[in-house]
Amino acid sequence: MFAYYLELALRSLKRSPGLTILMVLSIGFGVAASMTTYSVFRAVSGDPIPWKSSQLFVPQIDMWGPTGRGDDGEPPVAMDYTDAMKLMRDHRAKLQSAMYQVSPSIVPADASKHPINVSGHAVYSEFFPMLDVPFKYGNGWSADDDEQRAAVVVISSKLNEKLFGGANSVGKTVNVEGKDYRVVGVTNDWNPQPRFYDVVNSGGFSTGLDDVFLPFERAIALSIPNDGNTNCNAIPAESGFVGLQHSSCVWIAYMAELDDAATASTYKAYLDGYAHQQQQSGRFAWAPNNRLRNLPDWLDSQHVVPSDTKVSLLVALGLLIVCLVNTAGLLLAKFLRRSSEIGVRRALGAQRLSIYAQFLTEAGMIGLAGGVLGLLLTGVGVASVGWVLPKDIAALARVDLMLLAMTLLIAVVATLLAGLYPTFRAARVQPAWQLKSN
Amino acid sequence: MSTHPILAALRRHKAGVILIALQIALTLAIVCNAIFIIGQRVDRVNRPTGIDEANLFVISQQWVGTPEDGAPDAVEKIDSLVRADLDTLRRLPGVESVAATNSLPLFNSSMINGITLTPDQKNSTLSATMFLGDEKLMSTLGVQLVAGRAFTAADVQHQGFRDDALPPSVIVSQAAAEKLFPNQSAVGKTIYSDTKGTTIIGVVKLLESSMVETFGNNSDYYTIIEPVRQDGNISRYVVKTRPGQQAAVMAAARTALFSANPERVIDEDRGIRSFAEIRHEAYRADRGMAILMAVVCLIMLCVTAAGIVGLTSFWVGQRHRQIGVRRALGARKVDILHYFQIENLMIAGGGVVVGVVLAVGLNLWLMSQYEMPRMPVIYVLIGMVALLALGQAAVFVPARRASRVSPIEATRAA
Repeated sequence: MFAYYLELALRSLKRSPGLTILMVLSIGFGVAASMTTYSVFRAVSGDPIPWKSSQLFVPQIDMWGPTGRGDDGEPPVAMDYTDAMKLMRDHRAKLQSAMYQVSPSIVPADASKHPINVSGHAVYSEFFPMLDVPFKYGNGWSADDDEQRAAVVVISSKLNEKLFGGANSVGKTVNVEGKDYRVVGVTNDWNPQPRFYDVVNSGGFSTGLDDVFLPFERAIALSIPNDGNTNCNAIPAESGFVGLQHSSCVWIAYMAELDDAATASTYKAYLDGYAHQQQQSGRFAWAPNNRLRNLPDWLDSQHVVPSDTKVSLLVALGLLIVCLVNTAGLLLAKFLRRSSEIGVRRALGAQRLSIYAQFLTEAGMIGLAGGVLGLLLTGVGVASVGWVLPKDIAALARVDLMLLAMTLLIAVVATLLAGLYPTFRAARVQPAWQLKSN
Repeated sequence: MSTHPILAALRRHKAGVILIALQIALTLAIVCNAIFIIGQRVDRVNRPTGIDEANLFVISQQWVGTPEDGAPDAVEKIDSLVRADLDTLRRLPGVESVAATNSLPLFNSSMINGITLTPDQKNSTLSATMFLGDEKLMSTLGVQLVAGRAFTAADVQHQGFRDDALPPSVIVSQAAAEKLFPNQSAVGKTIYSDTKGTTIIGVVKLLESSMVETFGNNSDYYTIIEPVRQDGNISRYVVKTRPGQQAAVMAAARTALFSANPERVIDEDRGIRSFAEIRHEAYRADRGMAILMAVVCLIMLCVTAAGIVGLTSFWVGQRHRQIGVRRALGARKVDILHYFQIENLMIAGGGVVVGVVLAVGLNLWLMSQYEMPRMPVIYVLIGMVALLALGQAAVFVPARRASRVSPIEATRAA
């Protein structure tokens, strides 16, 4: 029976090609616009470390007090050196790391080449296991290296390609800011987006990737300057990088791994206890106003998903709805035009259910055709977002099997929904009335 | 013509009429808001920077092997390197003017200070973007002085990257001057940044801040120029070339700087950029949003127009016989044409009324969710007129076909 309905549908669609093409175009464009904007939205709103994000926390300490808070009473989004070091020393979380952005120069061993500039972060050894950083060769450094301020470095596979032609470079030497470092690890294409461990500096997304990771305390000792944002509530009393370390300026990102809610609340109590102690000692003249958000909440609070992306998705969904209303109207016209045919079928004994089956099959076919067109247009759309959207975001949008399947499914389901009312009307056609008027 | 028969006919096609009206309403709501977004973005992209952007390019570079930041001899060492570089660039053929600077409008790298009128004022009067550059900066950028005097070489100091000492004199933008000292001359007045004072010696007409993230308002033009060469790990030079020579100078600059002193990093892609490129990149997101909205609007209007053509064609087909009867009873072609046009006007009118409510509602919702400003009435009016016109244009083809129905149809069986 289904084959018969397919044949009927095909015949009907062929009979009014203009209307059919109109409906297919309408569904195709509506679905494609929605899926293209969705591909961008999906890329920027994804969880960068889904298996662990609920265990990663970002502490915020209110070291500026009421004058430094935003309108919403939020404390600064980064940490000053004093507090970050206190938290590192106390070491209350399972794993934790303070970090700051650096942009050191790398001098190639080959003297004929110009020095290059790379981005990276100064971090503690626990950074690597905490974020499950994948390694191609070697590993992160040890807690001992942290303490010894060892001259060790983790480099990206891209930098490894550039400096060592992609060979295993563990144990080899890299010249960073004029000093020799021993490579201990090479990350394996690790470029999480959003760059969740330092959202404040990356603004969420970043086209470049972190090429080097240096031990935090060594970077401080060698005065490798902070290349990220520095926010000051008051001008530092001393100048230079040392002055920055003694100041209340915030420039350090911090992340801690806490296994469950109980550990998290213990950690929050520890933060509040610390702020309370600072209040008693007179450094803070205000009550504790700390925050401890897990990663998804933190990304949300930092508005990592650009509002442009959300508005675009909404507008595109609006377009899809308009296209569906349009299709519903056209299907209604198309189905009711065939009232006499329906009358004959009903008079010859066809059930209402059969009419439903016949017309929904036809709607489904239009949906499928629209979906196929939508697939092509989505491909074109995703390929062309690179032209119009900022590079860091556009680069993340891609077509995959999931997106293709969704495009087809949405096209068919949406068209069936749009076809429901017209089909209901078609099934209500009174056979007697139609036969008589003929 | 009486609208009674039209209303009677519409009542027989309730579902179709409601669907078309609903489609028009939704289209109006979305198109109004989308065009409003486009308008905002276009306004933003067209904001003036206040500088003469043609033939301008910027070199950003990093020193290798210089003393560490904050070390006592570092500033002097770097300053001599910077002055040598400025000299090298100035000697290149095709170069008109060269200046050291920390940033530029639209450059997305900024230093922002809270400015107060007294040393002990608690909340700052305004937050200003500070541009640090030498005495050549203003003439290289082509900013227009409207009061006071420009900097001379004697005004210029040099200091390290994190040295926040304020020079004794600064030049402020007119927007900042008016905010700080409304209705009086700012020249000669003293302003403070974190208890340190400085005197305003000049006012420039327009100079945009380096941040482009914020939405266009006056505060984007609160800028202050300090006569300071900032000698940090990163040095930045802005170069004005003679017309037509920019590409050649940009290529020559890299070679000249490296041959003068190879101990530096100039990034392959982003080390030397023309101002046109900086502007293009700064507004990329806005342009992208505007293009996206325009594409969506265009598709939506086409779909709605096509929907009107489709449904009206169906109605014309369905009423062939009735049209024939009317024609046989003496209705002229133009009467039939008008019938369908008025019918469409009534449907579209209904849709537009609902659409206005939806458009305003959508705008209010976007305002509450995404910090969107209120949509001016003009956008709604434009949307209304556009959709009514679209409806009339779309209905014309099937309506004309209807008007050509011959009176003889009246005698034929349906």
